Amino acid sequence: MDPVLLKEGIYWVGAVDWDMRYFHGPVLGTHRGTTYNSYLIVDEKITLVDTVYTPFAGEMLERIRKIVDPSRIDYIVINHVEVDHSGALPEVMKLAPQAKIFCSAKGKAGLLKHYYGDWDYQVVETGTTLSLGKRSLSFIEAPMLHWPDSMFTYLPEEALLMPNDAFGQHLASAFRFDDQVDNRIIMEEAARYYANILYPLSRLVLKKLEEVKAMNIPIAMIAPSHGVIWRQNPGQIIEAYQRWASGEWFPKAVVVYDTMWGSTAAMARAIVEGIVSEDVDTRLFKISVRDINSIITELLEARLLVVGSPTINRGYLSVLSPFLDDLAGLKPVNRLGAAFGSYGWSKGAVKAIEAKLEAAGLTLAGEGLEILWVPDSGELESCREWGRALARKVKAEL
Amino acid sequence: MEKWECEVCGYIYDPAEGDSSAGIKPGTPFEELPDDWVCPDCGVGKEEFTKLD
Ligand SMILES: Cc1cc2nc3c(=O)[nH]c(=O)nc-3n(C[C@H](O)[C@H](O)[C@H](O)COP(=O)(O)O)c2cc1C
Ligand SMILES: [Fe+2]
Ligand SMILES: [Fe+2]
Ligand SMILES: [Zn+2]
Repeated sequence: MDPVLLKEGIYWVGAVDWDMRYFHGPVLGTHRGTTYNSYLIVDEKITLVDTVYTPFAGEMLERIRKIVDPSRIDYIVINHVEVDHSGALPEVMKLAPQAKIFCSAKGKAGLLKHYYGDWDYQVVETGTTLSLGKRSLSFIEAPMLHWPDSMFTYLPEEALLMPNDAFGQHLASAFRFDDQVDNRIIMEEAARYYANILYPLSRLVLKKLEEVKAMNIPIAMIAPSHGVIWRQNPGQIIEAYQRWASGEWFPKAVVVYDTMWGSTAAMARAIVEGIVSEDVDTRLFKISVRDINSIITELLEARLLVVGSPTINRGYLSVLSPFLDDLAGLKPVNRLGAAFGSYGWSKGAVKAIEAKLEAAGLTLAGEGLEILWVPDSGELESCREWGRALARKVKAEL
Repeated sequence: MEKWECEVCGYIYDPAEGDSSAGIKPGTPFEELPDDWVCPDCGVGKEEFTKLD
């Protein structure tokens, strides 16, 4: 693939990783692959904004060579220390040892502790500007979006924002721009990215959006470090971040459960019937056969999370643990929770799940529902009624 | 003097220690930190801190 032109003299020189299926080690299922976007600006100073994941260094350098000899690179901006964007930096520095590296203070500290390179670091802050010749760059620090070192780079002459991971999507595609790829798929992947990486940082997202708005800078194009570049409709992803970060929701529920002998499964189906009968959209996930990242993504727009497990050894099934642990770390904004399950003698699963939901910041929407052994038809009706009551609670807030 | 915790990363500001990385002397209460002081571990602002009791 040739370099792709964003604006005169500004090129995408990154890499498409069609094969990536698990990102952050085992943490994030990336079922549509990803891209590592780096950008080359040809001006009086040849400038590279971010690099790519280490195994793709050669591919990026090939792409740069089609434009200029990489040894001529004067400036390298490292918006974020994480290896998927800085991994190729040592290879670039071998070819262009004279290049100055522009990064935040935490970026410098992080790069030193990743690559131990004796390079020419130039620490920048919010408001620092850098002339490239005809055009310039300015920097906006974005601590904890999503690492302490993170920052955005802005090119005012083209109203081009390069915010690194923010506004990205893990999505490998043949084309580089939002108007060339199915919008539904782009937004699905942007949501998955937000829910599984940025969710716990939502308060900071809202503040950063406000800060950037207050700067009053035009944004005609957003070029993130993963997925497609927003050139047709950059407002779409900014509005979506605003919604997600502020915890907006639809009348929708997510029901997650597992079962040993089927009783909790029967309860789950009856509860879903109850919720749906109140016209609240619902997704049902049996956790052992489903992917946690997809469940978390559904939560991004649902109001209610219902979790069910039979009692085992006075607690819940351990297959639920990874999901409940992730939930505690990701802290979904402004969500209701409830728990249910079948038991044989002591009970215990429902209370333990409720404690986990509360620890993750959810508000319990009502009392848990526990049924002894196998539910009979009357008890299944009480499951439906329990679901209806939860759904009415959701609708009451509309 | 009260300790304050960064809600984002868990860093605890202890007035008895101050923050040498930002030239804050031991004995400086949280309230007297400059407005532009940031969490030494993760970089977010003072408003992300809550008082520990
Ligand atoms: C999504 C994500 C979240 C992280 N959160 C934290 C954190 O809260 N605190 C921390 O000290 N490090 C955090 N880290 C940094 C990792 O611990 C660090 O990159 C570590 O060196 C990775 O080790 P590994 O190479 O064994 O995966 C986070 C990294 C990622 C990718
Ligand atoms: Fe990252
Ligand atoms: Fe990334
Ligand atoms: Zn912190």
